[in-house]
Amino acid sequence: MLTGCGSLENPDAKREQRSYAGLGAALRRSNGWAMEAVTGSAEDNLAELLLRVRDGQDEAAFATLFGHFAPRIKGFLMRSGAAEALAEEVAQDVMATVWQKAGLYDPARAGAATWIFTIARNRRIDALRKQRRPEPEDVGWGPEPEPDQAAAMELQQESEKLAEALRGLPPNQRVLIERAYFGELSHSEIAAETGLPLGTIKSRIRLALDRLRREMS
Amino acid sequence: MSIRHHLTDELLMAYAAGILPEAFNLVVATHVSLCDECRARLGAYEALGGAVLEDVPGAAVSVGSLAATMALIRDRGKDPIVAPPQAPRPASGLFPAPLRSYVGGDVEVVKWRPMGGGVRQAILPSSKDATVRLLYIPAGAAVPDHGHRGTELTQVLQGAFRDDADRFGPGDIEVASEETQHRPVAEAGADCICLAATDAPLRFSTMLPRIVQPFFRI
Ligand SMILES: [Zn+2]
Repeated sequence: MLTGCGSLENPDAKREQRSYAGLGAALRRSNGWAMEAVTGSAEDNLAELLLRVRDGQDEAAFATLFGHFAPRIKGFLMRSGAAEALAEEVAQDVMATVWQKAGLYDPARAGAATWIFTIARNRRIDALRKQRRPEPEDVGWGPEPEPDQAAAMELQQESEKLAEALRGLPPNQRVLIERAYFGELSHSEIAAETGLPLGTIKSRIRLALDRLRREMS
Repeated sequence: MSIRHHLTDELLMAYAAGILPEAFNLVVATHVSLCDECRARLGAYEALGGAVLEDVPGAAVSVGSLAATMALIRDRGKDPIVAPPQAPRPASGLFPAPLRSYVGGDVEVVKWRPMGGGVRQAILPSSKDATVRLLYIPAGAAVPDHGHRGTELTQVLQGAFRDDADRFGPGDIEVASEETQHRPVAEAGADCICLAATDAPLRFSTMLPRIVQPFFRI
């Protein structure tokens, strides 16, 4: 039920057949982004930690993930309008869900932060808006016969690059992207609050996305 | 299925961010289920959500937060959930999984209500900030002429319709805005079945007096 970002485009015919496409491919397809192979070393490893939870029920790995993500999820929920006590409770619930659903995590389809973001987002819709969240039908990739480490690593590098590109946006564009994801306010509410015309808000978001695309190419 | 009309960046980003009304979420999830291109684009917008989460200023969690979470995990049963076998869509099925779950089955269980002129609709349950319904338009029949006060999404599931400007076939989604004044007509051939969401009541200019709109919920 959770969808993450797919792996990178892969020349492997089997993958093509499954319409396996990722961040770069996705952005390129609709918007003319060109993705280059990213080289370099993956430093960290949130995805690695998540795999240790998935495969070994590793509590120490989970504690490290918790230390990284729980404050961010709590901050994210508070920016979304949750009071602190509720944000704390929901953050714990999200992290418990991360443990439970770790079996569904595929590092070739989503970075750790992306996957955890989708869990936190869905829980926010459930807790704050009391709505169901329809998710797309699973495409039935089936279990990979072998873990696709190259795809996973490439995806992770892309995710890091995207995070950097986001940090590099002009503040007046970046803040609008962030506010959209926090679900703080709708565009028209942001317009009312900031006095910016709705058209300006939309065009700044468009500019921000164009710039992210350029950075990723 | 060759899809020519796709979701906009704005809608995909809003769906990834989780800020659309439930009715729109259902239409977006239905389109993405049918469209590999939009599925891939959605992946990119979810990755942007991951980047935003990475960057958000953290709020200190309370003392004992990790222990409380571990207790929660133990209470729920510690074993991670393994991938549940997802029932594949039957080859004869028309509705993708998210729509099936709102309808409670496929097209044969839909409780249609007549709207006149052979057109039928079925309103699906969703939060009140927008409305989502299935539309059944007999081949060759006109959808009543209407303008929109907000955004309207129309996802074609079967058959096709045309308006003055374009053709929308199976898999296509029409994203209509306030300015759109159109006169869609279902093509000859298969009857047309669409999933449509609006965030404002439609203005029907020919068929129904405005006063009965709340009654029909259109
Ligand atoms: Zn599409």
